[in-house]
Amino acid sequence: MSLGAYLARRTGGLLLVLLVTSFLVFGLLYLAPGSPLAFILGPRGGTPEQIAAVTAQYHLNDPFFVRYVAWLGDLLRGDLGYSIVYRQDVSDLIAGRVGTTLALVSMAALIIAVVGISAGTLAALRGGWTDQLTSSIAAIGLSTPSFVIGVALISVFAVGLGWFPTFGSGSGGLDTLVHLALPALALSVASAAYLARITRASVLEERGREHVQTATVRGLAPGYIVRHHVLRNSLVPIVTVLGLTIATLIAGAVVVENVFALDGLGSLLVRAILQRDFAVVQAVILVLVVAFVLVNAVVDVLYTFIDPRIALGSRK
Amino acid sequence: MTDPLLRLDNVRAALRLRGGEQELLRGVSFTIGAGEALGLVGESGSGKSLTTRAITRMLDPAFRVTGDIAFEGASVPRMNAQALRRYRQRDVGMIFQDPRAHVNPVHRVGDFLTEALVRDRGVDRRDAERRAVELLDEVGVRTPEQRLRQYPHELSGGLLQRVMIASVLLAEPKLILADEPTTALDVTAQSDVMAILDEQRRARGLSLLFITHDLELAAACCDRLAVMYAGEIVEQGAHVYEAPRHPYTIELLGARPSIEHRVERLPVLRYDRAAHELLKAEAS
Amino acid sequence: MTTPSTTSLAVARVARERRGAGLARAAGDRLGVVGCIAASVLLVIALAAAFAPVVAPYDPDYPDLLASLSGPSPAHLLGADALGRDILSRLIWGARITLAGPGLVILIATVVGTLLALLAAWRGGRIDTAISWLLDVLFAVPGIVFGLIAVAIWGPSLITVVCGLAIAYVPYVARVVRGAALRERNMPYVSAAWLQGQSATGITFTQILPNVQPIVVAQAVSSLGFAVIDLAAVSFLGLGVQPPTADLGLMVKSGFDSVLRGQPTEAIAAGTLIVLIVWCVTVIGDRLTSSARSMR
Ligand SMILES: Nc1ncnc2c1ncn2[C@@H]1O[C@H](COP(=O)(O)OP(=O)(O)OP(=O)(O)O)[C@@H](O)[C@H]1O
Ligand SMILES: [Mg+2]
Repeated sequence: MSLGAYLARRTGGLLLVLLVTSFLVFGLLYLAPGSPLAFILGPRGGTPEQIAAVTAQYHLNDPFFVRYVAWLGDLLRGDLGYSIVYRQDVSDLIAGRVGTTLALVSMAALIIAVVGISAGTLAALRGGWTDQLTSSIAAIGLSTPSFVIGVALISVFAVGLGWFPTFGSGSGGLDTLVHLALPALALSVASAAYLARITRASVLEERGREHVQTATVRGLAPGYIVRHHVLRNSLVPIVTVLGLTIATLIAGAVVVENVFALDGLGSLLVRAILQRDFAVVQAVILVLVVAFVLVNAVVDVLYTFIDPRIALGSRK
Repeated sequence: MTDPLLRLDNVRAALRLRGGEQELLRGVSFTIGAGEALGLVGESGSGKSLTTRAITRMLDPAFRVTGDIAFEGASVPRMNAQALRRYRQRDVGMIFQDPRAHVNPVHRVGDFLTEALVRDRGVDRRDAERRAVELLDEVGVRTPEQRLRQYPHELSGGLLQRVMIASVLLAEPKLILADEPTTALDVTAQSDVMAILDEQRRARGLSLLFITHDLELAAACCDRLAVMYAGEIVEQGAHVYEAPRHPYTIELLGARPSIEHRVERLPVLRYDRAAHELLKAEAS
Repeated sequence: MTTPSTTSLAVARVARERRGAGLARAAGDRLGVVGCIAASVLLVIALAAAFAPVVAPYDPDYPDLLASLSGPSPAHLLGADALGRDILSRLIWGARITLAGPGLVILIATVVGTLLALLAAWRGGRIDTAISWLLDVLFAVPGIVFGLIAVAIWGPSLITVVCGLAIAYVPYVARVVRGAALRERNMPYVSAAWLQGQSATGITFTQILPNVQPIVVAQAVSSLGFAVIDLAAVSFLGLGVQPPTADLGLMVKSGFDSVLRGQPTEAIAAGTLIVLIVWCVTVIGDRLTSSARSMR
């Protein structure tokens, strides 16, 4: 399959999934008990202006499918609706917070990649004692929820030792980096442990391949063999897991942002749920799902660069 | 007397198992002189591949190896890590049975051919690629420049085995170990690849340890033959093919199907471990 | 007279009985030393939780205001929380919900997922395509988000979150079971049963289901660990179990406030118990998965 045809097909599939999810997210409103209008306004009730605004925003006077199409049209024009609680455009609310979440997820992804791959490789190559220790730590890391780690990190490093700030996402630049260090760590532990496991298994498998014998018998340097022939060939499972992980980190951020009181998309979502700010809930969930789907699509394309035997689109 | 290029002296390799040891090489001794070709034949599981692994010190750590292997007088088992790498880089080259499995599938053919030169000999990449192209041409690969940019899975088995041969020749070793280099190929590719290997080695005056199940082929391209049975060399020399003396060799030679006579059933080898041990006891 | 097809069926049955016997006789073989330790620990926790009214030294909701934020003492072995409630008693009661909630999530997900998978595997064709596509869409939404969506619609409560998470776990069960069922479907014993005139439903439930059962169980146990984490996280966020009910996720939350006031016992105790439960479940799940794989 040519690159163009592949991209066209892939984009088509992507759009279809997004269309369905957008429909589901839109439909959520109608799963709620009571009329949509009452649900959105909630126990707050509403002034006549609010009722008019909500009716217009959700096109409540139109038949169901017309409403959906109109809502989708607004969405595509970047109009994500209006938050009743914040009295602000949802797109502005999201734009103001997406940076924090992005920084948090990127930092966590970096930690996961570095720690997971090196720990897994070390365990596989050293074996014995190192392997035992790494595997045990990984098993515990995998069993520890991010909020428990977050609470532990705050207790020890922020409250106890005072090395890090307890809450908030800092004022930009280096300050933000310091503020995000503990949250990123909390977010990364379980995934790093999982990646270490996968890396270990993959390196063990690749190290036993015949072509690694060829490289050894040619007298190539051991370090080079590990990098160029073992790790390089282990990349397919590693990238798969890393991609899936990054996609789930976006959801994991919901929890961690709450522990550390960061003003990202996650804390916005939780507050919106508690305050029944439905336009915000819909928008944030849509953003999460789109990010999740996009990351997966990127990973799919990456495969073909990693392993020349995988043809474009042949892998699901 | 000057040292031969390679000398194996009573090499034994025992696999450490839970309930004791299992000796899989049981006192292998032979020499290969400079420019000489030795054919190593014997049934499946007799220890031919283990012998090449012992020579390159590629045996699994679970094996206990005794006896000496000397290359140009230097003891291979006693080499330190640096000397061992140098020996593998410059002195011996190994051609494997299945090139598909023995070439890394995720790197380009050019990378496979040049990595040793670039990494260990300080040749710059452009130069190494030029040499690789020349050699591919010599081993009969057409459009070599294009091949360098391809991935292993895009090449046929015969072509890939030529690439493997070229990669060994590029390192300019003194001894080539070829473990059934043509078994995994189809019949036409087999004879081509073998002809190229034979021709190149003679032209360069390299020594060869050639492992095969094909006695005639071994006799045709080697100066001497060695016959292995159950981890031992039962007979070796230039006479083996024409005038075998050991009962096992005689049976082995007799067991070959012939195009001249049609037989109802191929003979079954009667020589077995019991006969082998009895014979050994009698000899000593 | 024994026809080839009945022989084949008999063989399948014998193989199945061997597996069954293996399960009963040598759980140790399947779990290994570490797995047995994990199973015993989990059993102790589960028994304590089940008999919480008998085992717990105090009423979990009784506020002993004088003991508020006290550390471990003979009266309160693990101390008391900010409201003076006995932490040990709350742990024991909290373990109930922390085990039962996710247990329910996995039970629902396993039943629904297995049925969907068997339907897809047996019918194939368009039904399979439709079900696989549905599963793909479900996969596209991270698990915990389902819990949050459910809460957004029906409001915070344990039942809401359990329903939301159950949907999220369906594709994880269904994908594994569908693969296994497709493999079983192509086995000779299935054709034999078919030739003998058994109905599709009959074969699915009497032949295929028993043979994929080890995989279903392994997948269910493995998923249980993740469900415990997800449910505890939602409760921690204040969107799941509601105070004053004792729940481990909630205890970490309230313990977190105590940490900031210098008393870490509640957070440490609840956090450790969650980790211990998930670790046990995960270890058992891992062992069951590898033994289910090796049985094929
Ligand atoms: N790593 C190993 N562990 C255990 N046994 C081994 C190992 N390597 C080789 N063996 C055993 O040693 C014996 C000799 O093996 P070897 O590969 O040298 O045979 P061979 O003569 O090359 O046979 P073939 O003609 O089939 O290639 C065989 O019985 C084999 O099973
Ligand atoms: Mg061999």
